Amino acid sequence: MGVSDNAVPLLPPGPEQDAILRNVTQELSDRGFVLANLDKVVNWARTGSMWPMTFGLACCAVEMMHAYMSRYDLDRFGVVPRPSPRQSDVIIVAGTLTNKMAPAFRKVYDQMAEPRYVISMGSCANGGGYYHYSYSVVRGCDRVVPVDVYVPGCPPTAEALIYGVLQLQKKIRRTGTLWR
Amino acid sequence: MTAALADLGELIAGALPQGVLKSEVAFGELTLSVRRESILKVLSFLRDDANCQFKILLDVCGADYPERDERFDVVYHLLSLTHNMRIRVRTTTDGSLTVPSATALFSSAGWWEREAWDMYGIMFDGHPDLRRILTDYGFEGHPLRKDFPLTGHVELRYDDEQKRVVYEPVKLTQDFRAFDFLSPWEGMTHVLPGDEKADKQSGEDA
Repeated sequence: MGVSDNAVPLLPPGPEQDAILRNVTQELSDRGFVLANLDKVVNWARTGSMWPMTFGLACCAVEMMHAYMSRYDLDRFGVVPRPSPRQSDVIIVAGTLTNKMAPAFRKVYDQMAEPRYVISMGSCANGGGYYHYSYSVVRGCDRVVPVDVYVPGCPPTAEALIYGVLQLQKKIRRTGTLWR
Repeated sequence: MTAALADLGELIAGALPQGVLKSEVAFGELTLSVRRESILKVLSFLRDDANCQFKILLDVCGADYPERDERFDVVYHLLSLTHNMRIRVRTTTDGSLTVPSATALFSSAGWWEREAWDMYGIMFDGHPDLRRILTDYGFEGHPLRKDFPLTGHVELRYDDEQKRVVYEPVKLTQDFRAFDFLSPWEGMTHVLPGDEKADKQSGEDA
């Protein structure tokens, strides 16, 4: 993470990193500003505060809660669950999406402000999973909204979800533009 | 306990000879078969009689037996906290005959009967608000009937032009596969190579 160019690997703490930081501080105190690429700054800001809409539909929601709680603490990555789609950047579809829920889900997605992202969590959200042949279940939430990251598992562990969030950060950093 | 249940069954059948067709105890549970017309009479007797006191209606559900004339069972489960006993009451109906609603006797019956209507299409006479409870708004059919296909008739997707979710006739890219659920551990009868002696010994022990 950071404003640095993606091609350059992040420097570990040490004399080299200290030198860079010293240079930046020097520049800041000399001139009063630092130059950086705007899109990099925007992507840095976006990846550093991805607020997910809480959308727990089934047992996956429990693993999602684990990811938010103190052991894994997604807050470290700036991922704070929000109760309102107006405040959210990403929606984590955690669980079975039923036919009856689909219009409500689409409405919540439509109410989110751009740029918005979707993480599909678990077999049921990915493709219907165990309930693929059911009369009442949507066979994958990508039939209703465009999905950015699919997290496999039944349910995925909290670690897997965090990995999915990090993959989404990577995707935003790689493809992120000012307008989507 | 089983004897007490059998006694209770006889008592109820004796008190309501027109209503109760059969009372039997199986697997330690008492089941009354009741005529459809007298279901309310039986339920109110079970609720109010001093020997019964079945004040809690735990469940009303359906069961489908397509080969029968009156294909549906309506099954009531009741609990008596006073006597620490449970009872099952069942009656039969079909897709057009109505069953008297138990909502006047037990307020909990309302949602159970809505569920039975939703899943089986069992009609309840006198229910204040008999509409679907579980399936989607505008759903057609009764999914727990044996002749309802597992995957239903429609599937859902978001239509980008109409800007809303739409239903379409179901299209499966891969048909449902019936898996063999036999466990290899139970199904395996042949002797493992090198295990012949162990098998013989266990046979001798037995």
